[in-house]
Amino acid sequence: MKTTFRQIFRQANFVIGFSIITLILLVITIYPLFNPGSPLQMIGQGTFFKPGTYVNIYDSLDTSKVYTLRLDDAAANRIGKKLLPADRETMRAWLIAFGLPEESVQIEYTDDLLQLWWNSYDENVRPQGMTSAARKAAARVDAKLAGLYNMESLTITQPDETTGEPAQKMTVSETDYVNVSDIANVRVLPLGTDNFGRDTLKELLAATATSLKIGLLAGCIATLVGLALGLFAGYVGGIVDDIIMFFANLFTVIPGFVLLILISYSIGQESRGATTVAVVIGFTSWVWTTRSVRAQVLSLRNRDHVNLSKLSGHSLIRILVTDILPYIASYVVMALILQICSGILSEAQLSMLGLGPKTTEVPTLGLMMFWGMQYTAHLNGAWWAYFPVIVMIALISFSLNLMNTGLDQVFNPQLRS
Amino acid sequence: MTEQAKPLCLSGKGVTKIYGFGDRRVAAVDHVDFEFRKGELISIVGESGSGKTTLVKMLLGLTSVTEGEVYFLGERRDISSRKKLRTYWQGIQAIFQDPFSSYNMFNKIDTVLLDCINMRGGRRLPREKKIEMMTEACSFVNLKFAELTNKYPFELSGGQMQRLMIARIFLLKPQILLADEPTSMIDACSRATILDMLLGLRDEIGMTIIFVTHDIGLAYYISDTVYIMEHGKIVESGSADDVILRPSAPYTRRLINDVPKIHEPWDFAARRPAAAEATN
Repeated sequence: MKTTFRQIFRQANFVIGFSIITLILLVITIYPLFNPGSPLQMIGQGTFFKPGTYVNIYDSLDTSKVYTLRLDDAAANRIGKKLLPADRETMRAWLIAFGLPEESVQIEYTDDLLQLWWNSYDENVRPQGMTSAARKAAARVDAKLAGLYNMESLTITQPDETTGEPAQKMTVSETDYVNVSDIANVRVLPLGTDNFGRDTLKELLAATATSLKIGLLAGCIATLVGLALGLFAGYVGGIVDDIIMFFANLFTVIPGFVLLILISYSIGQESRGATTVAVVIGFTSWVWTTRSVRAQVLSLRNRDHVNLSKLSGHSLIRILVTDILPYIASYVVMALILQICSGILSEAQLSMLGLGPKTTEVPTLGLMMFWGMQYTAHLNGAWWAYFPVIVMIALISFSLNLMNTGLDQVFNPQLRS
Repeated sequence: MTEQAKPLCLSGKGVTKIYGFGDRRVAAVDHVDFEFRKGELISIVGESGSGKTTLVKMLLGLTSVTEGEVYFLGERRDISSRKKLRTYWQGIQAIFQDPFSSYNMFNKIDTVLLDCINMRGGRRLPREKKIEMMTEACSFVNLKFAELTNKYPFELSGGQMQRLMIARIFLLKPQILLADEPTSMIDACSRATILDMLLGLRDEIGMTIIFVTHDIGLAYYISDTVYIMEHGKIVESGSADDVILRPSAPYTRRLINDVPKIHEPWDFAARRPAAAEATN
């Protein structure tokens, strides 16, 4: 046993395949720890954001409380000084003509004056009794105010650590450079977003995990069913063999994929979870394992050690488990790897047709392809929505097949170089 | 005629085995009659493909009999259920030709021997008793059980494996032992040892040995009765002296002539007609 493992891990093919799969498994387990949250969370308000680093200058606080941002005195003074008394008079004249009571408009208080001005001023409104020159003067003051604000720096706020109220952290003027770490709302999207505005990388890794689970479950089911039927068909022979092989042949001539489509369709979109899809895939792909296990058992059943075991009075199950199964174990492991691989591919194919797991629970590699196709990612040039998925499927399939070849070279003496 | 007085232990009438269907029907064993008597050593001699091994498998109940009947201890053999088969196998056991493929390479030697004790109804015996029995069986074949525990059969040599096989028979104590060319894969020195042990075992537990071989010389030396098989049929049978020294069938004569003799040079020219005859 030990020597077999040593031999296996000396096979370059197996080691490469094993390393790729291990790497994928490591990434899909570790990445969510650093980037928690649901992979289906929609973060962007648009579709197909290109890969890159995104800064959102708006942030929303999920609270009903009203906060007032207090600018520091220096900023208030700067604006107050630049607003000349003549300008204030012009503003006052317009506001009174607009219909505000005279006593409410006081030019000494910059804050209140500006508040009134923003609430009321509209350049299209023509207050009664105002000369055209006065209106134009008001428009000039309004333009000057906009200019003053643009000259003023952008204020970056963050919630205060003790009170939780927004507090001014720093100001950034129009021409400044800002350190990204000072900005609260930065998101790195290495693979952009998909059509729903989800982080594609996060979705891809979650999808890989789901697809591997589907493949593993489907592969295990197919191998177990195929193994059991193959063992009985091959060893018992006779009528049992005939019946099992009748069904195996039936499943062989009916294209498995068509069967898979029909079953998936009849289950219905709502009740198709990832597990259901895996089970359906597993129960439609046992045929090849059955056939090949049966062939192996046929060559084993007349060996002397099996005859000796019979002569020792062992039961059928005991002979199957102790005298036949260990001899084909390596073969079964290889069949299992291929079944896992084909399970992943089957899921991808089914989902591409819209017959995969329902779209609201978990992403799978097939579903990502499906969304990419439905929302015409390929026509929009949004390669990041489907190409990484193709690469991931190819990588998994490649590494599993490589492992299989490596195992084959260990277990099949004819292939040993 | 003391031999006739011995009771029958295994006999067959018109035993036939046919493989294949339709045009491809091949009679591997073709209407064979035989009477094996208790305590004898019977040799079945024939070349490769003459149906010896098929006959052995039918006698063991490992393959079905297409036609004919087998009688075990004077009664018609009934192996219709697993339970009856199990009982049958307590009376008849076998040693196979290739010791290397006779063992399950995943089972330890202890398991092989323990299975025999369990089969003889010793499942509930205390462990010390079992070990004692296994040690006794091993020492009978000149093996040390203490050295064999926790070893796998493939760690032994071919001769040792075949001796372990005899130890198995020692524990099982069947009435009939079918030895299917037990020495053909073994070198000449080990062969003599193994034959000695088989004969010793026969005397020890009083069983009948059916010895299948292609070596007519060997058959002559060890057996009481010899059956000669050719193309699935028994062409000649009788006591070893009758068959070997006064052969009546041409096939028997050919077999006897084919035995190489150390003091004579191998004459190819003289053998050619025989070979041509055989192909016809």
